[in-house]
Amino acid sequence: MTESTAPRRGAARAASRRGTLVGWALLAPALAAYIGFVVVPFGMGIQYSFYDWNGVGVATWVGFENYAKVFTDATLLASIGNAFVLIIYFTIIPVGTGLILASLIRSMRAGAFSTISQAVLFLPQIIPLAAAGIAWSWMYAQTGTINQILGWVGLGGLARPWLADYGTALPAVGLIGSWVLTGLCTVLLLTGIGKIETSLYEAIRLDGAGWWREFFTITLPGLRQEIAVLVTITVIAALSSFDIIYTSTQGGPGRATLVPGISIFRIGFTQSDVGLASAFGIVLMVIVLAVVLPIQRLSRSSR
Amino acid sequence: MAIHTPRGRRGIRLATGLVATAAITGLALTGCAPGTSAPTETTNADVSTELTTEEVNLVIADETGFPVTDKLAEEFTKQHPNITFTINRDTFQNLTANAPKLLASSTPPDLIRLPTIGDTVKDGLLANLDPYYDAYGWDAWPASQLAPLRMSEDGIRGSGSLYQLGLGYSITGIFMNLELADQLGIDAPPQTMAELEEDLATAKAAGVLPIMAGDKDGVVNFVVQAAMNQYADKDEFMSWMFNEPGATYNTPGNVEGAELIRKWADAGYFPSDINAIDYFTFTSRFSEGEGLFTFNGNWAAADYQKALGDDVTFFLVPPINEGDGHVAMGAANSFSVAAKSAHLDEIVYFLNWIHTDPTARQIIVDVTGASPGGDPSLPLPEVESGSLIEKALEMSAQIGAENGQVDFMANTTAGIYAGSIIPESQLLVTSKITGEEFVERVQAFYESEVG
Repeated sequence: MTESTAPRRGAARAASRRGTLVGWALLAPALAAYIGFVVVPFGMGIQYSFYDWNGVGVATWVGFENYAKVFTDATLLASIGNAFVLIIYFTIIPVGTGLILASLIRSMRAGAFSTISQAVLFLPQIIPLAAAGIAWSWMYAQTGTINQILGWVGLGGLARPWLADYGTALPAVGLIGSWVLTGLCTVLLLTGIGKIETSLYEAIRLDGAGWWREFFTITLPGLRQEIAVLVTITVIAALSSFDIIYTSTQGGPGRATLVPGISIFRIGFTQSDVGLASAFGIVLMVIVLAVVLPIQRLSRSSR
Repeated sequence: MAIHTPRGRRGIRLATGLVATAAITGLALTGCAPGTSAPTETTNADVSTELTTEEVNLVIADETGFPVTDKLAEEFTKQHPNITFTINRDTFQNLTANAPKLLASSTPPDLIRLPTIGDTVKDGLLANLDPYYDAYGWDAWPASQLAPLRMSEDGIRGSGSLYQLGLGYSITGIFMNLELADQLGIDAPPQTMAELEEDLATAKAAGVLPIMAGDKDGVVNFVVQAAMNQYADKDEFMSWMFNEPGATYNTPGNVEGAELIRKWADAGYFPSDINAIDYFTFTSRFSEGEGLFTFNGNWAAADYQKALGDDVTFFLVPPINEGDGHVAMGAANSFSVAAKSAHLDEIVYFLNWIHTDPTARQIIVDVTGASPGGDPSLPLPEVESGSLIEKALEMSAQIGAENGQVDFMANTTAGIYAGSIIPESQLLVTSKITGEEFVERVQAFYESEVG
């Protein structure tokens, strides 16, 4: 027994070693790309954040000075505040609307109408955010569609340049995000609802529950995973938003719609202060992780 | 039901791993600082003013919507078939953001549109044109026109070596819609600031928009600075724009000018949706007949003329007291030569040709409406008599004679326009801040950037 098992065990070990090698070989291309395009630039970003550097010339080590500036500059802090306000429009409204729409579509008979409504709702998702920003800035203009419609229904008194008004600029920009993201939320939640056992719905109906009861007892818990994914994606979209704002208001009027993405872009590429831009970028990443990771944890533990 | 997956914990572990790896990579890299070492001075001892007979292709990096380089290159190749051009275009914003990286690359463009010199001289990216200045005899050109294109070794603009030249030298002023003026009983351009204010009040009282301006992208600052120019000490203002040590934006004159803008904002002289109006919108709305006045530069003259025909005129912003000298913003459409250009002699020959060749000077005027610059004793290109472009050339000459040209404050530092002047002026023209606050905030940003 021992005579025969020893070499066999050796062969198994060799085979497993070979397996490990093959595994690494298969992993290598992806790993190289990951290290080359994610880890190394990230490390360089951290490194730059400790320097005063214009991106080309001589760099001077400044320690944590750039970070100190991020946390003391009122303009930069206000832009972080605006990004958190955008969560209302990028996350709460689209996910909320998506939930309602998805359960409404589910209760519709499958047919042309439900397919068309899904397609229509998803349509904004295929439009690039930058293009959506430009198109909406026309609609929000003093002579744009929104004010024309208000005029037709006798609410001409409410008409204003929506993106140039200090009170409405941020909500107006946020609603562009809601418009784009609602489709994605609806379609993903609809897929999630399709996976919920129909017998559960039948059971709760037999127990005499109405739409609300059904929604809160069956639909909502059944969609926890999808909601977690959507909240994660949309919160990241809100906190790191750039394109909609850049094409619609560029942070104005004043600094009413200034978000970290725009600040970082300006500091890094217009002011050529690569160190401060990197530091702000790292801070933004930490904030995003601090918000998103608890959401992930919540979706797992509270079932 | 939902399937339990440890996604959350994996997410945390992944993130921690990522941060750790990156931190280690970062620490490993901190041994060597990013960027290059201090630049070595590039000197070109033996410059030639003779054009080569070899085949040479020159590369120009220019902004979109600036067709004059195409026309000039075409004409130059016609005169000198051995020289051809490749012109790469990008939007103004992208080009200015990428300029240092383009210049630092191993294959830089020979000539690049560069509105602000910034750190490029300090980093050794631009060719010093001083040897050519002597060789071509550019000392005959107006010194005040070239001053903003110079930079000293300490990074102060206005003096030192020559690093840029202009493809046309612009001038700003006020365009007036003559049809509206006629209706309002205004028969001539105002000669003083007080007369200008009277005209504004007349227009407002008659329900005509007094000033067509926009500030989504900051163009209202043509108006803001026009007001400041009249109150401020010109040299003091310029020393700030040239970043001289100790220079400040917070001067009584600048505050007075900014307060005047606040007064005009309170009086409703600007469009109510001013912060939603960008450059394109405000020029087209004035072209469509909206607004008695608009503050803009010679580059807009041809389009306004096309749209409004004879119903528009162009004049310099009036001084406070009648007969005082005029002060107006003007700047070169500045281009720089890359220090690493392999064809220094050829590209500078091209630049000199633009300022001296009659056809080239005619192209500058016809395409940009700007003054061609160069030796003032050279004949001026021909323009249609009575046209706005003719007015613009006269205004350029007058400002030259009165020595009243100042740079645009937007060119003070690379980041000040987007980072401070635009957002603060948006607040000023909608009466959210006072003129004094405007000046203080812009100065605070300036200090944080210049340090």
